[in-house]
Amino acid sequence: MAEKKPTDINEVTTEIIDADLLIIGGGNAGCFVAIEARKQAPGLKIVIMEKAHINRSGACSSGMDAINTYIPPDKTPEDLVRWCRAQVGGGPIREDLALSNSEELNEAVDDLERWGLPILRDEDGNVKYRGDWDISIHGEQLKPIMAEKAIETGADVYNRVVGTTLLMDGETCVGAMGFGIRNGKFYVFRAKATVVSTGGACGLYKSYTSDSTNSHHQTWMCPYNVGTGYAMGLRQGAEFTSMEQRWVATRSKDFCGPIDTISVGYKAPIINGKGERVMDNYEHLGGDKAPRYIRANAPMEEWLAGRGPTYCDTTHLSPDEVKALKTDYLNERPSFVLFLASLGQDITKDPIEIYGSDPYINGGHTQSGFWVDIDRMTTVRGMFAAGETAGGHPNKFVGGCAVEGKISARAAIKYMTNLSLSELDQDQVDREKERVFAPLLRGGDFDGVRAIEMEERMQRLMDEYAGGTSQFYRTNEERLDYALKHLNILRDQVKFLKAEDLHDLMLVHEVIDRIEVAEVVVHHLKFRKETRWQGWQTRTDYPDIDPELDCFVETRRNLESGEIETFTRPYEQLVSGDRYSS
Amino acid sequence: MPPRIDATKCDGCKAQDEPLCVQICPGDLFVLADNGVAYCRELRDCWDCMSCTKICPVAAIETRVPYQLGYHLAKLVPMMGTNTITWTCIDINGKVERFRYKNRIEPD
Repeated sequence: MAEKKPTDINEVTTEIIDADLLIIGGGNAGCFVAIEARKQAPGLKIVIMEKAHINRSGACSSGMDAINTYIPPDKTPEDLVRWCRAQVGGGPIREDLALSNSEELNEAVDDLERWGLPILRDEDGNVKYRGDWDISIHGEQLKPIMAEKAIETGADVYNRVVGTTLLMDGETCVGAMGFGIRNGKFYVFRAKATVVSTGGACGLYKSYTSDSTNSHHQTWMCPYNVGTGYAMGLRQGAEFTSMEQRWVATRSKDFCGPIDTISVGYKAPIINGKGERVMDNYEHLGGDKAPRYIRANAPMEEWLAGRGPTYCDTTHLSPDEVKALKTDYLNERPSFVLFLASLGQDITKDPIEIYGSDPYINGGHTQSGFWVDIDRMTTVRGMFAAGETAGGHPNKFVGGCAVEGKISARAAIKYMTNLSLSELDQDQVDREKERVFAPLLRGGDFDGVRAIEMEERMQRLMDEYAGGTSQFYRTNEERLDYALKHLNILRDQVKFLKAEDLHDLMLVHEVIDRIEVAEVVVHHLKFRKETRWQGWQTRTDYPDIDPELDCFVETRRNLESGEIETFTRPYEQLVSGDRYSS
Repeated sequence: MPPRIDATKCDGCKAQDEPLCVQICPGDLFVLADNGVAYCRELRDCWDCMSCTKICPVAAIETRVPYQLGYHLAKLVPMMGTNTITWTCIDINGKVERFRYKNRIEPD
């Protein structure tokens, strides 16, 4: 089907679709929302808006080699919360959310196995743990398996539809709007309840491999997750939590692929250029089991101190282990095996080189996202969040995101009892339609800016001033002020963005969304005048922890003034025990 | 890591409304050209998830490492079977490795 490019706004067809439950984003969490909603309410009309194709969309599109959390028989959901808390340096985390996601965790993972996901088991049929909590899978088909189950529910899946804004009735969310990348239609989805499960935000920061290569997207995180869900909520004044807790991880150098596979799964220690074991310097923080941000930052500290390169030492592996390790990668990021082949590398002779990733905003690994209540409703009534969009519970991973999909589905169904669809506000629809299509209708002579130009400007700005890889994740007040000043200019300059076709129009809206989310991130980094999680959040002007900031940093856009307001919320410990160990 | 399409193999998935690579790419990067052959509209935007390479029914798509990151010429070729996948990898020195495993189990 060829893309149709309109030349006038009146040529754009508007299609109005009514639903009970609208799911924005058919990824890991979104599929589970649909599946649970159908189980709870057989007659419910469920609609999924999906920017890509549901069979291979989002963070799981390339596959998965492990389920990072599955509670072993001798441990409890509370134990998992303790581990989760210690892994982020004692928090603060949302223990209410973490506990509820943990209580149903194993059941959600068992669902995946029942649907056809191979979980590796030993001769006695017990699942194989590769670390304390994570189990090995052959998850090449993980996303297609989830998608098939979501489609089986009879939900209407709108593939290749880009969400652009929420549909509002006063202060209540009553659906969403967007456009079709294939057919050029403008879509209005009216719904009684809406779950935003669009994933996190990649590409706010520059990837160090992106200069002049065919690898602008050589990122660990799926680069097509750009933070659109965050931007949609932001425009309606939704509250954000912990956006300063950026996900930065040790990844394979130049490829930016997962490394826990090797360091956890095959006990390969991190070594520096001198062959010294790096984590020995962090024995007081747990050594190889130190909090995730310590492990992420450690190799970069070696580079900074002049002791790079850094490696994961794979030279002790047996041929069988090498084969198993490569099989793991073929399940999760197959092209890493190709990358090693392109270096002609025998990993039993030359260890795998590692480096820090670019920073991501991601409520599945760290805890940045919307502030939600226990039902996963955001501070915008009628709008729920599940998976990476929901903040407060780090280390959720695949299983936790699945559970959160289920919890939000049940809550959304409860919420919509006795609700009917709102009257359509035609002015709101017309305004959004005009905003969405304007970059496509500026005319051939318009002397404007391409999406990629603005994206690269923003990514370099964030990298150099807001603590990107090139700056070893460090920033300070003056650099953050500089970043804010220029993000404001960029926000004003989006009126110059120009799209050649519908694919390009998607890229234009992605950069607009990213700029808005980046601004929120910078406000969070500015407010946390301390260094709580080195690497994830490092302030050179405030190098120590400030006990006064043992709380959540929150923001929301004031819809009257347009300004981002920053405030705090207290941490509440619900699960007993020392916060710093598990 | 951009895809590379063998124009002599690609038939544009004639029986489909859209070629399978156009349907599946999470980055919306494939386009069917007027000559009936698919192409990648922006090589640098590829995430190398290999969804296109796995789904192509005539094995016309290869995932390539950009030279700036890795040397010429390594190959990784997937073959999808019933509940299994087989990979053949050839490194720059000609060393061949094969991997075959179950990617699905029969559902309960």
